[in-house]
Amino acid sequence: MKMLINVAETVVADALRGMAAAHPELTVDVENRVIVRRDAPVAGRVGLVSGGGSGHEPLHGGFVGPGMLSAACPGEVFTSPVPDQMLRAAAAVNSGAGVLFIVKNYTGDVLNFDMAAELAEDEGIRIAKVLVNDDVAVTDSLYTAGRRGTGATLYVEKIAGAAAEEGAPLERVEALARQVNESSRSFGVALSACTTPAKGSPTFDLPPGELELGVGIHGEPGRERRAMMTSREIADFSVQAILEDLDPRNPVLVLVNGMGATPLLELYGFNAEVQRVLTERGVVVAHTLVGNYVTSLDMAGASVTLCQVDEELLRLWNAPVKTPGLRWGV
Amino acid sequence: MLDADFFRRWMTVTAASVDREAERLTDLDSPIGDADHGSNLKRGFTAVVATLEKEAPDTPGAVLMLAGRQLISTVGGASGPLYGTLLRRTGKALGDAAEVTEEQFADALRAGVDAVMALGGAAPGDKTMIDALVPAVDALSGSFAAARAAAEEGAAATIPLQARKGRASYLGERSIGHQDPGATSSALLIAALEEAAGE
Repeated sequence: MKMLINVAETVVADALRGMAAAHPELTVDVENRVIVRRDAPVAGRVGLVSGGGSGHEPLHGGFVGPGMLSAACPGEVFTSPVPDQMLRAAAAVNSGAGVLFIVKNYTGDVLNFDMAAELAEDEGIRIAKVLVNDDVAVTDSLYTAGRRGTGATLYVEKIAGAAAEEGAPLERVEALARQVNESSRSFGVALSACTTPAKGSPTFDLPPGELELGVGIHGEPGRERRAMMTSREIADFSVQAILEDLDPRNPVLVLVNGMGATPLLELYGFNAEVQRVLTERGVVVAHTLVGNYVTSLDMAGASVTLCQVDEELLRLWNAPVKTPGLRWGV
Repeated sequence: MLDADFFRRWMTVTAASVDREAERLTDLDSPIGDADHGSNLKRGFTAVVATLEKEAPDTPGAVLMLAGRQLISTVGGASGPLYGTLLRRTGKALGDAAEVTEEQFADALRAGVDAVMALGGAAPGDKTMIDALVPAVDALSGSFAAARAAAEEGAAATIPLQARKGRASYLGERSIGHQDPGATSSALLIAALEEAAGE
């Protein structure tokens, strides 16, 4: 497998050095692996810290900046960061107004953020946590580690970030983040496995004529394998899976997210099918985002996330944001 | 009696064994996890050995607490907090004695394993590291060799199980038929006791 890297051991550090060079508006601590908006801590503002394994770019480092995250901690590829990184990030963004940890529901992320929260509180930093678990593919969550956090992470980070930017107190930012998570559901499909630098070959074997339905974002296989379907069929299946769990009476935000190796040509085509099925089901779309936002290295495939919004959430979603990965209104 | 040198050797032997088996651990992790268990643990135990050389803690408890803290700071994922907690809590239970008996170590390791179960919420049969550690602790008062055999048996016994914790749990029934990578690395950790003791 050919990859544009030096050696697997330095992939994350090399990427951070390149990111620092491309984004002088961010403070990138390559050695300690923390990305912080340059003006942090912003006086009187709640700090927002997220993080997770690398390999999901632009998530999370690409979402650091005014109107979204205050800091991000990238771990090794597909491995959650360590508590030291989160503690450092929390200290860097804490202005005294407290810090919200945005955590995707994967065992490693949860355990490390829990440990970091304890350490931060020992240092007198007020911490609140929100767990993102929007993935409807994990059905019998009583017998698993629970629903995974995937595409809704972008909505939580953007909307909570807008509220923090406006000066909302920690309790309010946390409540909004929870509301966004509870209002969001995702479903993903993989057309190919991805290749981690450490392993150098695909993480699972997916024959050319088949696809995985219900994948997460770590290259783990999905819950079901089927013969390859058309874009139309995949849109029907994905939206159906989401609407079985979410009954939107309000307009929704739509994220049609590429896993890393699917071209925009295909993603836009897929979005057309997603919009069609939503219209057929009477769901009103308030805003649509199409692109690679929560990726899985070089995996081909896509996920759909719907987030039901009221006027307040929609206003915060539309508020200005200025990050490497998401930017409007500025 | 077991002294600080013994526990240092335990960590060194574990690091060598994880280094040797890293590729196998990663291969076990790729069908049901995310193909990084070997490389993550290797990074962690390499750091543990380096730190123990530099800081030279002089009691069994201090060796294990330092090793555990180092794993938490370098491994990431679920393995970092879980293995880190295992060693830290075992070390804490040993207190500050300069030497401990094998019985005291067995009791301390049991406390460590209990802490891992509390942190991760896993019970025996969930297809996790617990499936190797619990039988190992039960056998430890016999001998290190017995603990090794019990851990290896426990790891192999995860093959027919359906995962209920960690990333493998998302596969549901498709996790059946694969040996759990965490149970496998735990068996390496336990096996290293025998070699460290020169048995």
